[in-house]
Amino acid sequence: MEEERKEMMESSTQDRARREADAPVAPSLEPAPAPSPSGKGWGSHKLDNTAKTVEAKGVDLYYGDFHAVADVSMTIPPNKVTALVGSSGCGKTTFLRAINRMHELTPGAYATGVIEIDGQDIYARNVDPVEVRRLVGMVFQAPNPFPTMSIYENTAAGLNLNSSKVSKSEKDEVVERSLRGAHLWDEVKDRLDKPGSGLSGGQQQRLCIARAIAVEPEVLLMDEPCSALDPVATLAIEDLIQELKNNFTIAIVTHNMQQASRASDYTAFFNLEKSGDPGRLIEIGETTKIFSNPEKKETEDYVSGRFG
Amino acid sequence: MSGPATTPSAARSLIGGDGHMPKQATWIAVGAAAVAVTALLLLLGIFAWGFFAVGTMIVASGGIYFWSRTVEDRRHAKDRVVTVSITSAFLLAMIPLVSLIWTVVSKGINRFDVAFFTETARGVIGEGGGAAHAIWGTVIITGIATLLSVPIGLMAAIYLNEYGGDSWLRRALTFFVDVMTGIPSIVAGLFAYALFEIFFGPGIRLGVMGSVALMVLMIPIVIRSSEEILKIVPNHLREASYALGTPKWKTITKVVLPTALAGLVTGIMLAIARIIGETAPLLVTTGVTDSMNIDPFDGRMQNLAVYAFNEYKNPGVPPEPSLDRAWTAVLVLILIVMILNLGARFVYRRYGTEIR
Repeated sequence: MEEERKEMMESSTQDRARREADAPVAPSLEPAPAPSPSGKGWGSHKLDNTAKTVEAKGVDLYYGDFHAVADVSMTIPPNKVTALVGSSGCGKTTFLRAINRMHELTPGAYATGVIEIDGQDIYARNVDPVEVRRLVGMVFQAPNPFPTMSIYENTAAGLNLNSSKVSKSEKDEVVERSLRGAHLWDEVKDRLDKPGSGLSGGQQQRLCIARAIAVEPEVLLMDEPCSALDPVATLAIEDLIQELKNNFTIAIVTHNMQQASRASDYTAFFNLEKSGDPGRLIEIGETTKIFSNPEKKETEDYVSGRFG
Repeated sequence: MSGPATTPSAARSLIGGDGHMPKQATWIAVGAAAVAVTALLLLLGIFAWGFFAVGTMIVASGGIYFWSRTVEDRRHAKDRVVTVSITSAFLLAMIPLVSLIWTVVSKGINRFDVAFFTETARGVIGEGGGAAHAIWGTVIITGIATLLSVPIGLMAAIYLNEYGGDSWLRRALTFFVDVMTGIPSIVAGLFAYALFEIFFGPGIRLGVMGSVALMVLMIPIVIRSSEEILKIVPNHLREASYALGTPKWKTITKVVLPTALAGLVTGIMLAIARIIGETAPLLVTTGVTDSMNIDPFDGRMQNLAVYAFNEYKNPGVPPEPSLDRAWTAVLVLILIVMILNLGARFVYRRYGTEIR
């Protein structure tokens, strides 16, 4: 018991040291060090690897009469980070929201084509969008913890809102595991009953990530998760993303080219010819290739900052 | 005006006008205006407080404008005249309110005693007696009206805001709710009377009839206030909930309503305050009685507003005790509304969520 606690402390200080140390350099890509070699005790605080492949085939997205995204076919591989980049209004967020069927929540919006998660079409007729969203979590642009709930309740929100029969101890475990997974545990463990809105912006966003991973999704979508955060908090989140990819499939929309090059394994570039046209997927490939030697000139122009 | 107007420089342009007005310029202007208006009114022999207040306001606004215009610049003059006029408009608006509260308290305090809260008006012709039956009646009638209105109004608001979308049904409902907020309260009373008359025959008087009449008045208010509150619950909270795989009904009950709770309670409290003083619809539905009746399904039931009206309209012999009781009934009614408002404020402070 004593040893375990010591290890916990060690790993948490390691985390912090890592976060503070890697300010200018890209976070390391190697998986997080296993917290306990014994695998006992707080081994149960580890997240399971639930990542699944997402495959889009000929996806078209509409807002009423407006054709927002045209004919996107791409694969988002498991245990990798895939960045969606492109200028504003090119449909990357729209496409991201289609992956957990949030797109259709906008009145008049609909989708055609096929998006498969682990081989199953999530737009098939008999699929319940609510079930899809349980498998595909989402982190939004601005941190949005539930204002009425404490930090604990926010983290457990997915459990509380979905399944009524979860024991207190089980919930405690999920909360601790998720907050640890989101690198927030050490900062909030003494004030779990305080409102989530009292945290700083970066902490709130990590709380939202903890909330999303608490329901153990297969895919984690992030819609510009760092755009409202300062550089230090941004690096903390990017660092976290590197760890989370050990457990989830991650797709991230970003406007920050450095972030895409630092944090992602694959990059998909979206663009539209002119305002009013649907956005299209121009190119997808390994991030290093997209940023150093892309196939299309448009991509090169964009990632090198020559337009957009 | 004098000064080096011919040598424009950066520093010069920052200073408006040449002179300074004293710090208490506004008060000096108002005081001078008050003296001048009083003198003028006395001279004309038409002094009245109304003339004095309005006259002082106008003269002070004009005076400070011309004073500032000659000493300072145009912008300062405008600033001062607007400051004086909106402050006086506020004070003018306060006059009837303060006057009303003063009248009610000074006249109602005479019978604000224990007997007023414990005794009824049964067999009372002159002094003594109380309004216990009316207080109970008010609480019961308003309470039932609230119990009927809040669930209906809240659910209607949830439909309008969360499910209605942009459908014609939503637009039609919103339109009719707006119309309903404007119906005269006596019409609501006659509606309730006509409704119960169908089942119980003419001349029927029941406490619950009053509740139904008040319900007709209260539902639209609850719908409107709740809808406005639900509207400001930010959409990103709903989306955050959906993204966790939460069904819509749970998103509404567990995320939207708790976030809006304080605002909803405030709206309901204000709706109660609005209907608790209704007289006309209760006169035709619950009738008038001097006896205690706490069964809303059995015969006439008194309430404070009708009690005050009736004591005033049909005073005993001598009339003064009846008039005193009427004023005290009004005072109690105002106190009840005040307590409800304080309760709403407390709920807002204690459970209010900062909605972003």
